[in-house]
Formats: sequence, C-alpha cells, structure tokens
Amino acid sequence: MNGLDIPFRGETLCALGSGALHWPARDLLIVSDLHLGKSERIARRQGAMLPPYETRATLERLAADLDATGAGSVLCLGDSFDDLDAAAGLCAQDRARLVSLIEARGWHWVEGNHDPGPAGLPGEHHAELKIGPLTFRHIAAPGARGELSGHYHPKLGLQGRGTTPCLLFDTDRMILPAYGAYTGGMPATAPELRALIGSPAFAVLTGTKPLLVPYPARGGAGRGRKRF
Amino acid sequence: MERMTALPPAFEDWFATRGWRIHPHQREMLTRSGAPALMLIAPTGGGKTLAGFLPSLAELADGAHEGLHTLYVSPLKALATDIRRNLTIPVEEMGLPIRIEDRTGDTRQTAKKRQRADPPHILLTTPESLALMISYEDAPRIFAGLKRIVVDEIHALAEGKRGDQLMLTLGRLERLAPGLRRVGLSATVDDPAALAAQLAKHPEPCEIIEADPGPDPDISMLHTQAPPPWAGAGGGYAVREVLDQVKRHKTTLIFHNTRAQAEIFFHKLWLANDDDLPIGIHHGSLSREVRANVEAAMVAGDLRAIVCTGSLDLGIDWGDVDLVIQIGAPKNVKRLVQRIGRANHRYNAPSKALLVPANRFEVVECMAALEAARAHELDGTPKGPGPLDVLCQHIMITACAGPFDEDALFSEVRGVGAYAGISRAQFDDCLDFVATGGYALRAYDKWKRLLKRPDGLWQLRDPRSSLRIRMNIGTIQDADMLKVRMRGRGGRSLGEVEEGFAASLTPGDTFLIGGQVVRYESLREMTVEVSPRPDRVPRIATYAGAKMPTSARLAERILDDLQRPDWPELPRHTRDWLHLQREVSKMPERGRILVETFAHDDRHHACFHTFAGRNAQQTLGLLLTRRMEVLGLHPLGFVATDYATLIWGLDELSDPAPLFEADELRDGLEGWLTSNAVMKRSFRGVASIAGLIEKNLPQMRKTGRQATFSSDILYDTLAKYDPDHLILRVTREQAMRGLVDFARVEEMLERTKGRVDLVRATRPTPLAAAMLLERDRVPVAGAGRERLAEQEAARLLTESGLAAFGAPTVAGV
Repeated sequence: MNGLDIPFRGETLCALGSGALHWPARDLLIVSDLHLGKSERIARRQGAMLPPYETRATLERLAADLDATGAGSVLCLGDSFDDLDAAAGLCAQDRARLVSLIEARGWHWVEGNHDPGPAGLPGEHHAELKIGPLTFRHIAAPGARGELSGHYHPKLGLQGRGTTPCLLFDTDRMILPAYGAYTGGMPATAPELRALIGSPAFAVLTGTKPLLVPYPARGGAGRGRKRF
Repeated sequence: MERMTALPPAFEDWFATRGWRIHPHQREMLTRSGAPALMLIAPTGGGKTLAGFLPSLAELADGAHEGLHTLYVSPLKALATDIRRNLTIPVEEMGLPIRIEDRTGDTRQTAKKRQRADPPHILLTTPESLALMISYEDAPRIFAGLKRIVVDEIHALAEGKRGDQLMLTLGRLERLAPGLRRVGLSATVDDPAALAAQLAKHPEPCEIIEADPGPDPDISMLHTQAPPPWAGAGGGYAVREVLDQVKRHKTTLIFHNTRAQAEIFFHKLWLANDDDLPIGIHHGSLSREVRANVEAAMVAGDLRAIVCTGSLDLGIDWGDVDLVIQIGAPKNVKRLVQRIGRANHRYNAPSKALLVPANRFEVVECMAALEAARAHELDGTPKGPGPLDVLCQHIMITACAGPFDEDALFSEVRGVGAYAGISRAQFDDCLDFVATGGYALRAYDKWKRLLKRPDGLWQLRDPRSSLRIRMNIGTIQDADMLKVRMRGRGGRSLGEVEEGFAASLTPGDTFLIGGQVVRYESLREMTVEVSPRPDRVPRIATYAGAKMPTSARLAERILDDLQRPDWPELPRHTRDWLHLQREVSKMPERGRILVETFAHDDRHHACFHTFAGRNAQQTLGLLLTRRMEVLGLHPLGFVATDYATLIWGLDELSDPAPLFEADELRDGLEGWLTSNAVMKRSFRGVASIAGLIEKNLPQMRKTGRQATFSSDILYDTLAKYDPDHLILRVTREQAMRGLVDFARVEEMLERTKGRVDLVRATRPTPLAAAMLLERDRVPVAGAGRERLAEQEAARLLTESGLAAFGAPTVAGV
C-alpha cells in the first residue's frame, strides 16, 4: 500500500489512498465520518430502503487499512454513526465485526454532530482529544492550530480523473475526507472550507494511490486544459 | 357486444355549416365504436383526434351520462390543453351538454381536488397524471362509470416506459370500470399489429383502421453556400439559408435533435435576423410560461418560424405550417416521416420538408434517409418485454390506493400485452422488492414498506409513505434539473438546466436559455438565479436528452451508398471528400471492418469504421480500449459517432484483427459491464423508477451538500455485496438493450465475420479527420492515464510554486 508522508506540526502523518491517516509515532490510525448504520437510519426515518451494505463495506475497508498499517489504536473523528440509534440498529454480523475490531486494539470515539454521545460500544468516548501537539475535534474551530477535524467531507476533482474525497491541509490544520461508504462530499473550494483553509495549502486526493495537489487558488478552480 | 354509434343530426348540421365533410376513417371509427379495442392509424392532419372523440361526443349528446365517460391520454401536457381548446369549440357551437377539462402536472391543486369530487364527462390527461389518479383511495368512485379511453400519439408513448406504465394503468382501470373500450390513435408506423397488441387486453384482439396515407411528401436537402463543417451537430453554418426559407414561407417549423442545439441555433438565427422576423423557440426545458407564450403566439399566427425539438413532434395544431426544416440527420426514417407530416396540416396536400445535414457525413446520411423515405421504408426496432422497474412502481401505486390481493394483481398484470409473458417468479421478485427491499441481507424486517395482513391482502406498513410514493410517480428520467429564474423578487421563471451544468457555473458565467443570454448570479434554494446579459457571448447550457442512434436499416443503406462509383446528387464538397477517401484509403463496406491507423498530435490513433450506431460504437470503444489496455497499448480515450469509433493512446495498434474475435469481445463485455458508467447511468433510472431511490422528498430539508451522495455509490455497493439483486438484473437487461446496444455490436460482428482491413495512413484520412473534431470524448482509466495524472499533479505543484514547500514524500507503508 502506498501512503503519502506529510510533515505537520513537527510530526509525520501518512495519508492513505483510502482516506485514512496513519500516525506511526503514536501507532494510531485516524478516520473520520464513518456514518455507520446510515441505510438503517434512512429506512427508519424516511422509508427508503437503500442497499443495507454500507457498514460492511466501511468496516472491510477499515480492517484492510489496519492490516496494512498494523496500527495498534484507532481514532474515529466524529459522525462515526449516522445517529445514536444507528449503533443499536446494526445487524448482528456487522456489530460483531465492529466489536472484534475494537477489542483487538485501543479505540477512541470523538463525538460528532450526528453522534453527540456514547453509542453503547466499547472504546473511549471524547468530546475532543489532545494527543501530543495535535488536537482532534469533529468540527474545525476557526483559528485553531495543530488541529485535525472532519465533518465537511471535502472532495476535489482533477482534470481527467473525476472528483474524489480528499484530505485538506495547511500549516495549522487538517480536514479529513469522509471514510464511510455512503457519504457525499462538499467541493473543497466551497466558502465554508475556504474560510478555514489558509495558504499555502494542499489536498491529497483519495484513490488507488493518494495524489498530492495544491489547494486550488481562488478563481482558478479547476479550469485546466482539456485534453484526454 | 357490437355497438354502433350513429352521428346525431346536430353533428351533421355542424359539419355542413362549416362546409366540412367527415372523412371515411372518422365515419368508420363511429361505426366500429363498440369494439373493445380499436386502433386508428392516420397521417398527421388526418383529423385523428376528432375521429377519436366523435363516438364520445355522440354518446354524451343526450346528456344522460353522469360522471366521467371518456379519458383522453396524450404524451404532452400541451397537447391535452390544446385538444381541450379545440374540442370545446364544436361542443359549444352545437350546444352539447358536455363538460370537458384537462388535468396535468400544471393543473392547480384546487381544480384537481374538485375534479376528484366531481369529474367532468371528458378528462384530458397524461400517463403520469392518470397513474397518480389511480393511486387515490377514491379511484373506484372516480372511474366507476368510465366508458372509453382514447390514447393519442400512441406510437410515441409505446416506444418507452411511459407506454408500459400507461398500459398497466389501463389494466387497473379495466377492473374499476369493466367493459371499458380502448382506442389508440397513431401516426404512420412500421408494424401496426404490434402496436395494436400493446393496446388491447391480452390476449383479446384489436381492430385496426388505416386511413388513406395521402400524397407523398416533397422532401429535399437544403443547398448552402458554405459546405457543412467536418464535425458537430448544430447546423449553424446554414443559418442564412434557413432564414431565406423562412422568408419565403408562411410558417416554418425548424426541428433539432437536442435542446442544446435548438438553443444555439435560435441564438444564431436571432443574430442574423436583420428583418426582425417573429421567430420563437420551444423545447421541454423551458418554463411553462415561456412555452405557453410561444404556443399562443403560434396559434394566433403571429410567428413566422419556431425553433423546436421533439416537444413539438406530436400533433399540436399549429395552423398554417407550410415548411418543416430538419436540422441534423434524422437518424431514423420513421421519425423523419412523422415530423414531415407536421407541415401542411391539411389532409391530402403534400407536406414540404428540407433536410439540413449538420456535418459532412450527415450529408451522406441525409441522402440515404431521403431515398428510404421515398421508398416508404420505415425502420422499427421490436420492443422487448415490459420492464420490471415500471411494474415495481405499479405495485406501489396499487398499494397506495388500498389493500390488494397479489393473485388478482398478477392476473391483472398478465392481461397487459407487454407483461403477458411475465412469470410468477418475476412478479414475486418485484413484490418482494417493493415490500422488503429484496436484499439477500434481510435488514429491513422492522421497516418493511408493505405488510401482508392476516386476511392475505397486502398494505402499506406506514400509510404516510403514500405521500412519498405519489411524489415519485412517473418514468420520465430527465437528468436532475434545476429551475432558472431572473434575480429579484418575483423574478420570471425561464426554464431549467441540468444540475451538473449548474454546478459547473461560477458567478459571472453566461449561458443561453430560451434564446436569451443570461448571467449566473447565485444558487438559492435549488434555483439558479440569473440576470439578463444580452451583450455577452454565452457558454452553452447542456441538456440531457439521449441522442438517438442511426437505425440499422439506415446505416446499411449508407454503407451501400458509399459503394457507388459516384454520387452526382451530392454537393461538390462532399463528393470530393468521398472520392479522396477512396483514393487515399478505402470505403467502408457492409461485410468488412475498416481500421485506419495514423499518428496525430503526439498520439497514436486507430479509427474503426463499423457503422453500428452511436450507442454500439460507444460500447465498442469501451470494449476495444479494454482489450488494448491488456495488450499494453496504453489507450487514453476514444470518441464515437454513429459510424465509427476513434481511439487514441500512447502506443500503436499494429494488428487489429484479434480485437474483433467475438468470444473475446463477449467475455470482455461480461467483465466490463459491472464497473461501467453506462450501467451506472441505467441503474440511476431503474432505481428511481422502481423506488429504490426517491428523488422527491416532502419538505426537502436544506441540509449541507455533504448529506447527499451519488447513486453510483449505491450501484457499486450493491454490485459488490448483492450482485443478483433484482434492480441489478433489470439494470443489466435494460443497458444491454438501450445504451450498451450490444445487439448492434453482435449484428456488426455477424455481418463482417472477422474480415478486417487495416490501412496504415501517414496522416488522418478524410473520414477519420472528421472524427478528430468530434466532442464527447471519453477518457479511459488505466495505466496510461494514471501516468498522465501524476504528471499533471506534478505540473500543478511546480506551477503553483509549492513544489518545494514542506515537500511531502511518497513512502511505502
């Protein structure tokens, strides 16, 4: 598996093609916005019956990243469940798989707007969390430094490659892509994200190989040469 | 029971005072009005609609009937409104006690409520509005006294899922109103019996009345000063000559194959319109107000020309149209003949039409289409069995109306021609999908949509879900569209654009809509706000609207025409072009595959002239590039037209013959289909119709953009974890028949039997050169592209001056 090493606040974080972030010095794998149990929540709240396999797909991806990195602990950066009842709504098989992942290693749940309290699973629950020079919270706080967050589901297109979820970072903060299977995205250049991202800044596009590109400058977004 | 309806004297008098004579086929419709199913085939202008209504008017003339007597269904809202206007005139003049109303998506809620409580004698509607009506709990009361249903323009409806839905609805109406008589009105078609079988209750017969087809039309190609361009589809080069023709005729209809082309052409026409001739534009993406204005001006005779699309294909009475111009090759001779019928809306007068080829190759196609039209050779594709996604929706609609019995519903469905062959297992699959989602993982036991009650009837688990089901009724799959309106309070509504197009706009961008250039200001609550900007050069609004592929019959005729030694009837430029092709390369043949290779613009190119129609050529492009990727030729992309596929890449193709081994291609199809964009597009349509995805939700919450995600993700997940799911099977079947069009690939392989000719040219050949200018290029994902993407990322880093900053490095994990 290929990763992209990013120096950040004196630490080295490795961005994986899957959207996860590996912090080898702390033996930690960081993922954000898993939105487990989303299809069950939609069926419960709206009636539509989407293919009920997103939890399985997300956990399989997570297990593969854990195998590849050998990380001894996991940090979920909020919106791990689509709502607090979604954890209880997981089918037995998905739940067992999740519990076995948790029990094999240290596990931190940082809360998000979709899952503002403990979801009734093992692991430590945190409103936010500080590890060494880095702060982990679900929604980025303006002006924060050394902060990792999720929430916005940033995505970015590259000419001829299509649009994919991406990690955004500048010298002060990182905003992680959504890791869950059933998650949409917000264009990385949306005003909400522009307001948070300073300069210089980069994006790491997810895919078979993570691809580093500059964060698009204002006005020049995505208007490249057209040639295939 | 054979019933015969005589024409009441008041009608004879009314005809006489107008100096009109009733046509033989109109009389015959009266004579045979007792038939349970009756189909009238008549050319445009043959008084079809009146023929359809005469028996109803005669039966209602004595004022004895209470409630709904006749339903009239047309494919267009505008047609329903137009017919109501036209029908009201004789009814009022004869003083008949008949109430006529229309009901479409545009009808106000209060009027719709009143119609349910107190239905008119004759109700004019569309398939979607009718499907909605049978979903109401009070449907049995509304339709109890219904005697006749008249389906207008049935040839157009029957081609697609709207027709399938309508016929399922008819099956339900039959149950609510036993003895209901069905009448179909159709333009000239290639296979009347097949159409009639769809209308009748299976396996009962349907009587067919064929009216005198009238004189042959007067069709020719428009000659222009400037030759048509090498590629493209807009016909903009002919604006001057088209304008001249408009001046020389009373009223001209200018047909285009797509909405975007109509917009561009109208804009160009307007710029060249020095005499300020009154010209309008009409297509399906314009707002109701805009369309209504154009229609009213047309009826009043205020317009000299109207630029339009298929939205005007159907019989709205435009009065004195004396010329039809078709811009772009018609692709299909049957549709051409039906369109031409729009001119000279008088029975027994020849219609006049001009074809304007949009590019050099279309000159050849237009020539072939002219020959075919003169030879009365109509091209039709046999219709497959009724699609199961439409059946799923029908089951939901049935459930909305009240508890139902599955056996009764099954036999009702089997009585619909298109679904006559459906097996109980297929039906049960659909019912299970609607009830539980139909997943291998039975995850929704708690949240089922339908429950089976102790008495064996099925009902909605949550009655409130009927609201959402009703909001999603219909089978029309436009891309997601956003409304466009002028900025400011009470800003005028202009029409709609595709969501993807709207997303690509930044404030200040300009685009065309309804013939005017507007400036994008903002996106507010899912509405695109614009301001007028007449002075700017527009970017172009893109509209969906699949381009129809050139029919197999027409393609074969073109191939035969290419074999002729000379083409004296063609303009000089096209003749020279064809002669040059023969000189430097070869002419494509019906029984052989011509492959031309050449280097151009740093890339190796291979052009496959296989004439299988746009969709099949597209499929061929995907299959061939897949095999070329395996062979290490690093293909980067391709472009397909109706006639050929051009592929480019980093390495040269030196031996094309093995690419066409049929078994290999079929195997490639298996592997490729699942992970393919065409499948994803088909899935989106199938999943929305079947109710897996709900596009319209009550009180759509204004959530952040990150809350919605694409149906592609659902497709990928389902394909991985539940590959035999009903919706995937339906998607596959429909893609194969529609966008993939693999039948045409097979047909091409069959006619060429592995005979491949390779021409290695030093530069683009005349036929291939035109391909280089085509748009709609499709990138191919693969090793070649991954290499280029890395180069592009590196270039962006260097250009932005960030390459040295922080220097993140790629590391193995």
